[in-house]
Amino acid sequence: MNKNVERLYNGIVKENPTFVLMLGMCPTLAVTTAAINGLGMGLSTTVVLILSNMLISAFRKVIPNGVRMPAYIVIVASLVTIVEFFMKAYTPSLASALGVYIPLIVVNCIILGRAESYASKNPVVPSIFDGIGMGLGFTVGLTSIGIVREILGAGQLFGHQILSLDWFTPITIFVMAPGAFLVLAFLVAGMNIIRKKMDEKGKPLASPSGCLTGDCASCSQSSMCTGKKEAE
Amino acid sequence: MKTLILLAVGSAIVNNVVLSQFLGICPFLGVSKKTETAAGMGGAVIFVITISSFVTALIYKFILTPLDIQYLKTIVYILVIAALVQFVEMFLKKSMPALYQSLGVYLPLITTNCAVLGVALTNVTKEYNILESVVNGFATAVGFFIAITIMAGIREKIEYNDIPKPFQGTAIVLITACLMSIAFMGFSGMI
Repeated sequence: MNKNVERLYNGIVKENPTFVLMLGMCPTLAVTTAAINGLGMGLSTTVVLILSNMLISAFRKVIPNGVRMPAYIVIVASLVTIVEFFMKAYTPSLASALGVYIPLIVVNCIILGRAESYASKNPVVPSIFDGIGMGLGFTVGLTSIGIVREILGAGQLFGHQILSLDWFTPITIFVMAPGAFLVLAFLVAGMNIIRKKMDEKGKPLASPSGCLTGDCASCSQSSMCTGKKEAE
Repeated sequence: MKTLILLAVGSAIVNNVVLSQFLGICPFLGVSKKTETAAGMGGAVIFVITISSFVTALIYKFILTPLDIQYLKTIVYILVIAALVQFVEMFLKKSMPALYQSLGVYLPLITTNCAVLGVALTNVTKEYNILESVVNGFATAVGFFIAITIMAGIREKIEYNDIPKPFQGTAIVLITACLMSIAFMGFSGMI
């Protein structure tokens, strides 16, 4: 398979950041109250991820190893600021719905994780495709969680009423904060079952590497962190 | 004074940082296995968020606003917070070894915690002055402390329960978080 296509497949299916790697859980929980918010958050993260992968890959030989994390953070923070301005200008309603979670893309572990594990070691073009793949994988994850929550919680899909309120009573809790935890809990449990099945078939999935594992070793920020061993 | 108390109760309990704003989920799930470690983490978060709210509020008022570069706040804040955590760690190590013993190991974990940056940015969005920023930061962090300590207490008990296989580990913790979140929603009538 072509290397670039392989990167796309890897990001969207094989190492899907939401379903398989379980990365970026703060925005996943916070913005998926409606499918459109999930889509908007996913796409803005994708844009940041593509550009940051591109820049970090282009500068990978210039940035000294000792200060690479601060350098990455400055690059990502600048890109997020630019994206935030574009969203405020062209999609003001989405920007206000996502609120503080747009600037918080800076600390999204997917972005620094890809910078550290892929873009800092690979040429520009594959890094761009890696960004596209991972970003779209994240978008798919957020949008599908958003769809589930919106249908159960309001009977709507992208703002259109699809389940008639005559017979359907919306389970409002799903669009509120507790619903986010509940949906994610069932997602994790479901993935545990799939993971076991795939293990038995001899085709194990990539192991989760985000905060949900409670394991600092796989954290993308572990290189900035010196207290991980003792804390566990 | 009354507004400050209302603000504090609102940030600590009603709009709990973890259970209704989903900031700081990583330490909430990762460092909540034992009550002592959870309390240590909570204490370190209170310490860092209070100081960083104060420092970022000062920077916003006396550097970013006069120079008219408020749009750089995300970049400036993340760098300031990262530097601040390092500085606080060094300062504690040198001058307050006892406090460092109890909080030290958690400090570096907090550098890129989204709650710290989230609070600093919320202070700007809500146009809090310096005193209100500090109160909001402190109260938000107390909310984190409450949530992570309760969660650790529950998790210590969960260990002994018979949980369906797929739900073992993180899934049951998320279900617990869901129930805690429902309980905290009950406070929303308070303000």
